[in-house]
Amino acid sequence: MTAFAPIDCDIHPSIPGLVALLPHMEEHWREIVQLRGIDELNSISYPARSPLTARPDWRPKTGKPAATLEQIQRECLDPFGSALAICHCLYGVQLLFSEDMAAAFARAVNNWVAKELLDREPRLRASIVVPTQNVELAVDEIERCARDPRFVQVLLLASGDQPLGKRVYWPIYAAAERHRLAIGIHAGSNYHNPPTASGWPTYYTEDYTAQAQAFQTQLTSLICEGVFNRYPELMVVLLESGWTWLPAHLWRLTKYWRGLRMEIPWVDRAPSDIVRSNVRLSLQPTDGPPDSAGLQRVIEHLQSDELLLFSTDYPHWQFEGTNALPPGLPQSLVRKIMVDNPRATYARLLEPVQ
Amino acid sequence: MSKHVVAPVAEVPPGSHKRFTVKGRPIAVFNLAGEYFGMLNRCPHQGGSLCAGAVTGLLLSSEPGAYRLERKGEFVRCPWHGWEFDIRTGQSYCDPAKFRGKAYPVSVAPGAEVVKGPYVADTVPVVVEDQYIVVDV
Amino acid sequence: MNVQLRSDPAVSAASRVAIADCDIHPATRGAADLHPWLSQSVREQLETFGQRRRLGMEAGPAYPKSQPNASRRDALPPEGGRQGSSLSFMQAQHLDPNNVVLGILNPLNSGQGLANPELSAAVCRAVNEWQVAEWTGKDRRLKASVVVPYDHAEASAAEIRHWAGHPDFVQVLFLSRTAEPLGNRRYWPIYEAAAEAGLPVSVHAFGYGGAPITSTGWPSYYIEEMTGHAQSCQAGLTSMLVEGIFERFPRLRVVMVEAGFAWAPSLAWRLDKTWRTLRAETPHLKQAPSEYMRQHVWWTTQPMEEPETREHLLDTIGWMGWDRLLFATDYPHWDFDDPAHVLPLRITEAQRSSFFLNNARALYGVDA
Repeated sequence: MTAFAPIDCDIHPSIPGLVALLPHMEEHWREIVQLRGIDELNSISYPARSPLTARPDWRPKTGKPAATLEQIQRECLDPFGSALAICHCLYGVQLLFSEDMAAAFARAVNNWVAKELLDREPRLRASIVVPTQNVELAVDEIERCARDPRFVQVLLLASGDQPLGKRVYWPIYAAAERHRLAIGIHAGSNYHNPPTASGWPTYYTEDYTAQAQAFQTQLTSLICEGVFNRYPELMVVLLESGWTWLPAHLWRLTKYWRGLRMEIPWVDRAPSDIVRSNVRLSLQPTDGPPDSAGLQRVIEHLQSDELLLFSTDYPHWQFEGTNALPPGLPQSLVRKIMVDNPRATYARLLEPVQ
Repeated sequence: MSKHVVAPVAEVPPGSHKRFTVKGRPIAVFNLAGEYFGMLNRCPHQGGSLCAGAVTGLLLSSEPGAYRLERKGEFVRCPWHGWEFDIRTGQSYCDPAKFRGKAYPVSVAPGAEVVKGPYVADTVPVVVEDQYIVVDV
Repeated sequence: MNVQLRSDPAVSAASRVAIADCDIHPATRGAADLHPWLSQSVREQLETFGQRRRLGMEAGPAYPKSQPNASRRDALPPEGGRQGSSLSFMQAQHLDPNNVVLGILNPLNSGQGLANPELSAAVCRAVNEWQVAEWTGKDRRLKASVVVPYDHAEASAAEIRHWAGHPDFVQVLFLSRTAEPLGNRRYWPIYEAAAEAGLPVSVHAFGYGGAPITSTGWPSYYIEEMTGHAQSCQAGLTSMLVEGIFERFPRLRVVMVEAGFAWAPSLAWRLDKTWRTLRAETPHLKQAPSEYMRQHVWWTTQPMEEPETREHLLDTIGWMGWDRLLFATDYPHWDFDDPAHVLPLRITEAQRSSFFLNNARALYGVDA
């Protein structure tokens, strides 16, 4: 373990169950949930018993992983010596089609997170879950939660109804920029579209692998649609995205930009430059070559030491033990990944909290 | 550098362009409203013939969704990957510092001067009363 | 228009290294070119009701191209007709001066992916006949692809069996955006037929399977579609690997065409890591996905990625293996890669000849 107290930019506390959210919903929604027998909102992105969903030593004998504060402290915050950790609750709010119902559940999740996690553990921060089904309602939720300085980011999913660069979503970015919130795009889908350009894959293994391509698509969209032209201060973080695909993707996108610039004339900088100034990626999973020399080469291809943000992705199973860092990284880069880059990315992390 | 007569001015009227070979090099000569500009006829990217490309304006934008067309007729796009080159300077638009089409100075000289020399005009018959396009290579 | 042919093709060709071009797009001059091989009733159907792809636009794409017919502006044949429709001009502009000794034809707009299975099969057959009559029969450097109505497995297998053993056909052609992911069992009879015939299956970017072209819906721009072929082809390849088609059909070989290739190492790493963790889901896989990739998959090189530091591409190719790449120009399309300029890197002679010719010769079994 290193001497730095890292900022863990991606952990996943579990909502114990829908029942835990009910106290945080308005009365009429409680009535509707109970009357209609609405079940859990569990996404197929992380099947409960799939090995990746919880590392064996983080999987309790009964109940969900990462479901109590005690688990989170004992398994995640303490062993990694984290100074701070950012919570991403992946409850399936985004999967719904009803806009109002999604907004109600988003509010409930954010309220639960604030009360059960942020109020009780000063090392925790969170991303705001929003109902992307309706952009106005999403902005309302951002405005509401932004008053709480412990919310540092807006949480979006890697695959949704439309590519995230499309102008219909811009009020979300405007609100985020206004409140100095980052935009966090996390692996997963609302499954309103098939997971690939050729429809639905057979295996979960394919679905999880395909997350990397979803991030590639979103990066292309955000850049080409000019989100960073319009919101130059916006920081976008790709969470649980993998990052070793980034250089090849930028080589391709930049090459096409040189010839197709006239289709998107507001993009006045090379895509690789835009990414270096406005996009960051969390460390886990590191889908790297088996040798550390190979990984050094990939890092060299990134041509920036500011891109990577430390993460454990707790309790997902991405690595063994208490060292989330791939071996062989130079010490200067370790400090950047663990501390400097997260601090530079999340303006609100540095704000004082009562 | 030597001055090469490539053609009488009538061969490259305003708004047109033509390819000439000077000292073994393919040179594209453009006429922008009476001013002549010369560029090596090979795109610095992969060597496409710039003369075969489209001559266009430059599409600019102050913000997503806003479009303005400027410098009409002053850019040439490589016929292959569409890289845009400023006809006046040879610079590529996307990466002016790194990529440029090599520019050659082009001027117009009257026949009377050309016959005096020192112009290279072996392939072009010179008539004293006419005007000639001259490329410095 | 000032079309510049490389001066003195005879001299240039001799001094230029012989190459294979593993992605050439021949075009018809018009619908009539296929008439010799289409029945009257099929012709009437097409003329009256159109092709009917899974796409709203009757002809052409909903993402308009950046240049007419997505082609080089200097590729219009002097005698008329579309870019790529004239063999003599293709020879004069490309095959001869670039010393192409082996050219693989991948006809697009060939009846693949049409919603009507009978029409799809009929047009595919006609295109296969046309390739022999107008192209491979007239220029022995060219080899053809068996174009199949891939969303209809039986008809596709039959089409493969029809041409199996014909010396002009060296592979089976799919487009990448199929109705379901490429590894799906509905396509297995096609892979079986291809493997039996000893023909590699080539997966070329494009096609309209009916789903949005990304996992997150429809992007706005053509540049997004073009960039996006890397993503959709990665998903297709993932499907082939994870569904275990290489375990099921050990003789099967696959070529990824026009999707780029620099994404291959990171996909392999991610697949291996994910497979290892989730192994219980895929007991049919007897080795790591990257191993299947290494043994069964090739990539054509165009559009070749262009890193800011060119030498980085050497790392990428090293991770993939110099034996995996097949040079391609994509002639006559605009994102053409010129063989003289596309690999400005210090590499060995052996690497250069593998990249530009020998890998293709070995894969296609052609002694060009």
